[in-house]
Amino acid sequence: MNFLKSTLAGSIVFASLAGTAMADDDTIKVGVLHSLSGTMAISETTLKDTMLMLIDQQNAKGGLLGKQLEAVVVDPASDWPLFAEKARELLTVHDVDVIFGNWTSVSRKSVLPVIEELNGLLFYPVQYEGEESSKNVFYTGAAPNQQAIPATDYFLDELGVEKFALLGTDYVYPRTTNNILESYLKGKGVSESDLFVNYTPFGHSDWSKIVADVVALGADGKKVGVISTINGDANIGFYKELAAAGVSADDIPVVAFSVGEEELAGLDTSNLVGHLAAWNYFQSADGEVNAEFVKTWKATMGEERVTNDPMEAHFIGFNMWVNAATEAGSTEVDAVRSAMYGQEYPNLTGGTAVMLPNHHLAKPVLIGEIQDDGQFDIISQTSEVPGDAWTDFLPESAVLMSDWKDLDCGMYNTETKTCVQTLSNY
Amino acid sequence: MQRSFIAKNPSVLIFLACLALFTLIVTVLSEGFGVGVISTSFVKTLGKTLCLCLVAVAMDLIWGFTGILSLGHFAFFGLGGYMIGMWLMYERTRLIVVESLSQTEIPATSSEIIDGIGNQIFGVVGSSDFPLIWAFSDSLVLQLAMVVLVPGVLALVFGWLAFRSRVTGVYLSILTQAMTLALALYLFQNDSGLRGNNGLSGLQNLPGVTASQDEVSLWFLWASALALGLGYLLAAWVVSGKLGSVIIGIRDNEARVRFLGYSVETYKLVVFTFTACIAAIAGALYYPQAGIINPAEIAPIASIYLAVWVAIGGRGRLYGAVIGAAFVSLLSTWFTGGQAPDIPLGFYTIKWVDWWLVLLGLSFVAVTLFAPKGMGGLVDLLTQRKSPNRHGANLGPDDGALREQEASQ
Amino acid sequence: MALFHPNDADTSDMIRLYFAGLAFLLSCLTATAQDANIQPILQEYQAEIAKSSRKTIGPVIDVIASSGSPQAQLMLETWAAKNMWMRKSDGLFFVGEKTDTKSYLLTDFDSGDVVGSYPKSDLKQLKPNSGVRAMIATALVQFQLMDPDAAKRQDALTSIQRDPGPTLLAPLRASIYSEPDPTLKAQKQRLERLLTIGYDQDTKARVAAIEDMSGDLGVDVRATLNPLVAKTLNVAIGGTPTGVNVAALLEPGTDQFSKTDAYDLLVVEGMAPALISSGDMRSALAANIERGRVGGIPVAQLDTNAARKAAYAALADAGKVPALITPADMDTALASHVFFETFAEPSAEVTTAATDALETINLKVGLNQTLDLILDALSLASIYFLAAIGLAITFGVMGVINMAHGEFIMMGAYTGYVVQQIIPDHTLSIIVATPMAFAVTFAAGVAMERLVIRWLYDRPLETLLATFGISIALQQLAKNIFGTQARPLTAPGWLDGALVVNDVVSISFIRIAIFILALVFLGVFLFIMKRTRLGLETRAVTQNPRMAASMGINPGKVNMLTFGLGSGIAGIAGVAIGLFAKVTSELGNDYIVQSFMTVVVGGVGNIWGTLAGAAMIGFFQKGIEWLNPSNTLAAQTYMIVFIIIFIQFRPRGIIALKGRAAGD
Repeated sequence: MNFLKSTLAGSIVFASLAGTAMADDDTIKVGVLHSLSGTMAISETTLKDTMLMLIDQQNAKGGLLGKQLEAVVVDPASDWPLFAEKARELLTVHDVDVIFGNWTSVSRKSVLPVIEELNGLLFYPVQYEGEESSKNVFYTGAAPNQQAIPATDYFLDELGVEKFALLGTDYVYPRTTNNILESYLKGKGVSESDLFVNYTPFGHSDWSKIVADVVALGADGKKVGVISTINGDANIGFYKELAAAGVSADDIPVVAFSVGEEELAGLDTSNLVGHLAAWNYFQSADGEVNAEFVKTWKATMGEERVTNDPMEAHFIGFNMWVNAATEAGSTEVDAVRSAMYGQEYPNLTGGTAVMLPNHHLAKPVLIGEIQDDGQFDIISQTSEVPGDAWTDFLPESAVLMSDWKDLDCGMYNTETKTCVQTLSNY
Repeated sequence: MQRSFIAKNPSVLIFLACLALFTLIVTVLSEGFGVGVISTSFVKTLGKTLCLCLVAVAMDLIWGFTGILSLGHFAFFGLGGYMIGMWLMYERTRLIVVESLSQTEIPATSSEIIDGIGNQIFGVVGSSDFPLIWAFSDSLVLQLAMVVLVPGVLALVFGWLAFRSRVTGVYLSILTQAMTLALALYLFQNDSGLRGNNGLSGLQNLPGVTASQDEVSLWFLWASALALGLGYLLAAWVVSGKLGSVIIGIRDNEARVRFLGYSVETYKLVVFTFTACIAAIAGALYYPQAGIINPAEIAPIASIYLAVWVAIGGRGRLYGAVIGAAFVSLLSTWFTGGQAPDIPLGFYTIKWVDWWLVLLGLSFVAVTLFAPKGMGGLVDLLTQRKSPNRHGANLGPDDGALREQEASQ
Repeated sequence: MALFHPNDADTSDMIRLYFAGLAFLLSCLTATAQDANIQPILQEYQAEIAKSSRKTIGPVIDVIASSGSPQAQLMLETWAAKNMWMRKSDGLFFVGEKTDTKSYLLTDFDSGDVVGSYPKSDLKQLKPNSGVRAMIATALVQFQLMDPDAAKRQDALTSIQRDPGPTLLAPLRASIYSEPDPTLKAQKQRLERLLTIGYDQDTKARVAAIEDMSGDLGVDVRATLNPLVAKTLNVAIGGTPTGVNVAALLEPGTDQFSKTDAYDLLVVEGMAPALISSGDMRSALAANIERGRVGGIPVAQLDTNAARKAAYAALADAGKVPALITPADMDTALASHVFFETFAEPSAEVTTAATDALETINLKVGLNQTLDLILDALSLASIYFLAAIGLAITFGVMGVINMAHGEFIMMGAYTGYVVQQIIPDHTLSIIVATPMAFAVTFAAGVAMERLVIRWLYDRPLETLLATFGISIALQQLAKNIFGTQARPLTAPGWLDGALVVNDVVSISFIRIAIFILALVFLGVFLFIMKRTRLGLETRAVTQNPRMAASMGINPGKVNMLTFGLGSGIAGIAGVAIGLFAKVTSELGNDYIVQSFMTVVVGGVGNIWGTLAGAAMIGFFQKGIEWLNPSNTLAAQTYMIVFIIIFIQFRPRGIIALKGRAAGD
C-alpha cells in the first residue's frame, strides 16, 4: 500500500534531480521568489514579471561577466512556511547566486533563517516596518523614515493636522509603523487623546462605524487626518464608505502607505480625488528614465498595466547587483556584498539612490494626490532620505544601529558599544 | 479465539515495515548522513508529510471510526505547534540575549534578561512585555506538557459542551469549524500575545544545537516516523479493541449504542480529546520543520483539507488516511511547485499552478460520489475482499449499518 | 529625514509679522493704483509661489488678496485649480490650457492675451497642496461672499466652515443681508453664530450665541465650543495664581490624577529632581566601577536589584551620584505645590456658558450615537440576513448543507461586474445584473443539485464535503478567470452618499438599499413558501418526501427548483454585497461561516429564526465593537465564541421547530 507513496516520492526526487542536471554552468542564476498563486499573487506576480523583463534586458546587453543570466522562478503560493522551503530549494538545489523576492513581512521573516544559514543574498523590494537588519538581505523598499515619517510631517506642517486617526490592518507592518508614529507624534507634542488607533482584519468590509468614529474626532475643533496602513482589498470598502459619508480630502485627508497604482485599479477614484499616498515612486513621475521604463513595461505586459513602487525597488536593486557583481568580478555572495556598499544608481524619479552600509537605500520621498484617472499627482518630492533600519523614535531601537561595512553588525548598541547579535531577529 | 493483536491486524505490521524501510531509504539517500541524492529541502517535505499522515490518522479515528466529522482538528495541530514554538523562540532568544548582555560592564539581573528577551521577541510587533500565556515558555518540560495539555483541554471543554447538548452531524461539523475560525481570528490579533499575523518564526533553529540543517532535518524525519509509527500502532490498538467496537457502533447507530447502556457522550469525548492530542503532537513535530507557524495555518480551510485527504485515502481504515494524506499533500506540492508540466491546448495553456485546485475540488466531488471508499478501496480490489452481502448497497461509514431501504426511510 | 523641518515657531511668527507689515504697505501703495498688475507681485514672490508650502505662503497670499488687483481673484482661483503654469525660461506665471497637441496654451493674467503655445517640457505646473489650497480658499472668501455665482458663494462658506478665523467674521456679517438664496442665507447665519462664539470681542454677544447654538448637534458647533473649554494642567507653588480661568483644583493621589503623574509634572516643570530609573542606576554604577567593585560590592554580584540599590546607596552616600528619591520625598514635593486645570478661554462667563451648552449637546449626541449604532447594527444584520437567506432555503428548509453557497454569492457579484463591463450605465446595468445574477446562480444551483446533491440526500456529511470540493473549484476558477485583484462594481450615482439625519446619525443609501432588499426578500420568501404551489410542495417534500410523492408531487423536481431558488437569491445578494464592499474570489468565503451561524443560531427551518439570528449577530457584533473600538477583529472573535456557547444552550436555535416538523 505504500507503493503509490514511494513511487510518487521517487518521481519527485527524480524531478528535483532532473532540475539539477539541467542546470547549465555557463549561466548565472537569479532566483525569483514571488507568490504566483494565493492571496498575494496579484501583487507579487507583477514583480516576477518585472524581474523577467529586467533579466531579459540585461541579457540583451550581453549578460553579466560574460555569462547569460537565467531566471529560476518558484512559486511559494502565499504560504509563509513554503517561502522558507522554496528559498532553501533555490539555494541548495538550484544554486542561485541571488534571490529577488518576498512581499509580506511575515514571508521575509520566514525566509531569513534559511538565507542566513546558507549565506544567500536576498533583495527585498517592498516598504516595510524596519526594526531588522540582516547581513544577507538588501532592503530596497522604504523603511518607516522614508515613508511614514515624511508623510506624517507633511500632515503636521503642510495640512496642519492636529488629530490623527491611525487605521491599519492587524498585522506587523501597521502595528510597528503605528507604534513608531505614536511615539513620533507624542514627541511632536500631540497628546495621547488626539490619537485614535484602530486595527481591522484582512479584507474587512464593514467600515461604517469606523468612518463615523473618525468623523466624530473633529468634534473638538482640531483638524483630523487619517494615516492608513490598511492593506489590500480592505481599502476598497474603506474608501467607498469614506466617499458615501461625504468626507472630502479637504476635510479629513487620508494618507495611505499601502495604496498604489495597482490597488486603485479596483476602484472608481472619482470620489477619492485629493486623498494622498506616500511612496518613493509614482508612475506619473516626470523624467525620461521613468518614461522609458513605463514604455518598456507597457510594451511587454500590455497597455493597461501600471507601474508601482516595488517595481522601481527591484529595478534599482537588480541594476545595483549587476554593477556590484561586475565590480567584484564574481557573483560570490560576500564579494558582491562588499561591492554593494556605496553603489549608486539613478532613481526613476530623478536623483540617485545610494546603497548604505545598513543595507538600505537613500531615496527621495514622494507624496501624491489621487486623481480621477487612478494615477497620482505628485505634489511633494524631497531630496534623498537615507533609510534607517532601527527607528529613532522608539526608545529600545534608538540606541541601535546597523553597519555591515565597518562594524560588521546589524544590531549594534551605540550605548554599550556592543553588537547585540549578528543574525537578524525573526 | 484469543489471537494476538498483530495476528488480528496484519496491516499494522506491513505498515510499520514500509515506514521503517522508507525512513531508512531516505536516510541513506539524504545529504546529512547519506549519499546526498535527496536534497535537505525535500527531506523536510517528507518529514512534514509524515506529520500530516499522523494527523490524518487522528482524523480517521474521529471521522472514519467515530463518525464525527470534525472540521477543527487543524486547530489542535496548530496549537501543538504554537506550544513548542514558544519554547523554541524563548530559548533561542534567551541564548542571544544572555550572550549580548554578558558583554556589558554590569552583570544583568534576571528581570533585565527577561525584558531583553521580550523586547527581541515582541519588538517586531511593536510590544515588549511578555503576555501571561508565555509563563511556562522558559521550561522545555512544561512547554512539552503544554503541547498535549492545551489542545487536550480545549478539546475536552469544547467536546463536553458540544456532546452534552447532543449537537451531532452537520451541526457539530459547523460548530468545530466555527471553533477553529474563532481560534484563528483570535491568534490573528496582536493582543493574543502570540505575535499576531507574524506568528512564531525561526523554529528550525534548535537552541544550542550547532548541527547543520542537513542533519537536523533527518532527526526530525526520524522523530516524525517514530511518532507516526507509534500513533498508528496506538490507533490500530484502539480500534481493534472493545473501545473500537463501541465507537464504530456509535458511528453506525448512536441511538442503539445509547440504549445498550453505553455512555455515548463519554466515548465521543474520550476519542475527540485523544485525537486532539495526537494532532497536537503531530503539529509539534511539523512546525519546527516548517520553520514558522502563524494563524493562517489554522484557518478553517486547513481542517477541510484534512478531511479531503482522509476521504480520498479512504475512511474507516487507518492506512487509507495515511495514503490519502501523503498522496494528496505531495501531489499538491508537486503541482503548485511548478514542477508539473504545463499542457498547451493551442488556444489556451493549462498551468497547473492555476488549475490544480480546480482539479482537486472536482476529484473530491468525484471521490465522494463514485468511490466513497477512496484509494483504500483499491486495496480491497487487490486482495479481492468483498463486503458481506447485506441485501442492499453499503451506504458508507455514516450509515454503514443501515441497509438501503432502512436508510431511505 | 531632511525635509519639512519644522521651523522654530518664533522665527516663523517673526517672518509672518514682517510679511504682514509688508503686505500692509503694499496694499497702501496699490490702493491708489486701481489697475495694479498681478504679475509683478507674483514675480516678487516667485520662489515662494513656485515651491509653495503652507508654512511660508501665508503672507504671499495675503499680499495678493489685498493687492486690489482686479485679477487677484482669477489668479488665486487658477492657482488653486492647478491651472497656473510657470514658463521655465523667465519664471513668469500664466493660465495654462491643454491643447490637443500635448502642448499648453498660455494666457497672461493681466492682459488676458494668449501668449502662445508651449511644449510641456518648457513649463512647470504649479501644484499647491491641499494645505495651501485651503489658505487660498480662505483668502478668496472676501471676493466670493458677494459673488453673483451661487456656487462660488457656497465655496466661500465651505471654506469658512473648514478654517474659521477672526478676519472672516466682518465680511460674513456684511454679506448676510444681501444674500438672495434662502439656503445660503441660513448657512451664513449659522456660520455667523459660530464665528461670533469664537471671535467676537463682546462677551455678551458670545454668550448669547452659545445659548443660541446649545441645542445643535453639528460637529462644527462642538468644534467651536470644545476649544473654549479645553483644559490645561498647571502647577504652582503656594496658591493658584490670579488672572487665569481655573477649571478645577486637583488633588494628587486620586484615580484621575495619580501621585506619579503629579510628580512627573513637577519634573517636567523643573520644580523637582527627576526619579532615578533602573537604566540611569545601571549606567551610574557602570561609571563608578573601581577595581572591580562598586560602592564596595563586587561587580559580579550586581545581578540583583537589591545589590544594585545597595551599591547605589553607597555611591550616593559618598556623594558621587544624586540620592534616590523616596516616596516620602515625593510626598513632600507634592505637598508644597498646588495642581489645577485652567481653561484656554480667559472669560469665565463664556466657559460656563460653553460648558453648560456642551453638556446639553453631549447628552443629545450620546442618544444619537446610540441611534447610529442601532442603525449600523440593523444594516449589518440586514447584510447577514441577505447572505443567509438563500441558505435559509437550501439548508433551513431542505436540510442540504451547501458549502458552495458563498461561491454562489461570489458568482452573483461577478455577474454584476461583467454586466457593468458591457453596459456602462450604472443604473441600467444594475437593473440588468439583478435578474442576470439570479439566472446564472439559479442555473448553477440546479446543475449542482442534479449532478451532485441529489445522489447524497441521505448522507449529509458527504454533501458537506462534496459541496466543499465544488466551493474550492469555483473559487479557483474565479481566480483563473478574473484574477485575484478586487474588481470594481460601482453603485449608480443615486445610491452614492448617505442619508444624513444630523451630524451624528447618518447611513449610506447603499446600506438602506440593502436593508430594503432584505425586507423584499423576506416578503418574497414568505410569499413563495406560504402562498404558492411551489412553496406548498416544498414544504410537503421536506416533511415527508414519500408521502408527498404519493400525492402526485415530483420530489426530484421540487427539490431541484427549491435549490435553484435558494441559489438564485444568493446570486442577487452577491450583487448587493459587491456594491457596498468589493468583488473578489474570496467574497463568498467571508460570508459562508457567518451565514451558517445565522441560520443555525436562528433555528433551522424557520425564516423568522434566520431573521432573529441575523439581528442578534449584527447587534452583538456592533455592541462589542462599541465596547472596544480599537480592535474590530476582537469583535468577530468574541461573536463566534458567543455563538458556540449559545448553541450549547439552545442547540436548535432561537426559534426551534417543535413536534414532527423538527424531524426527530
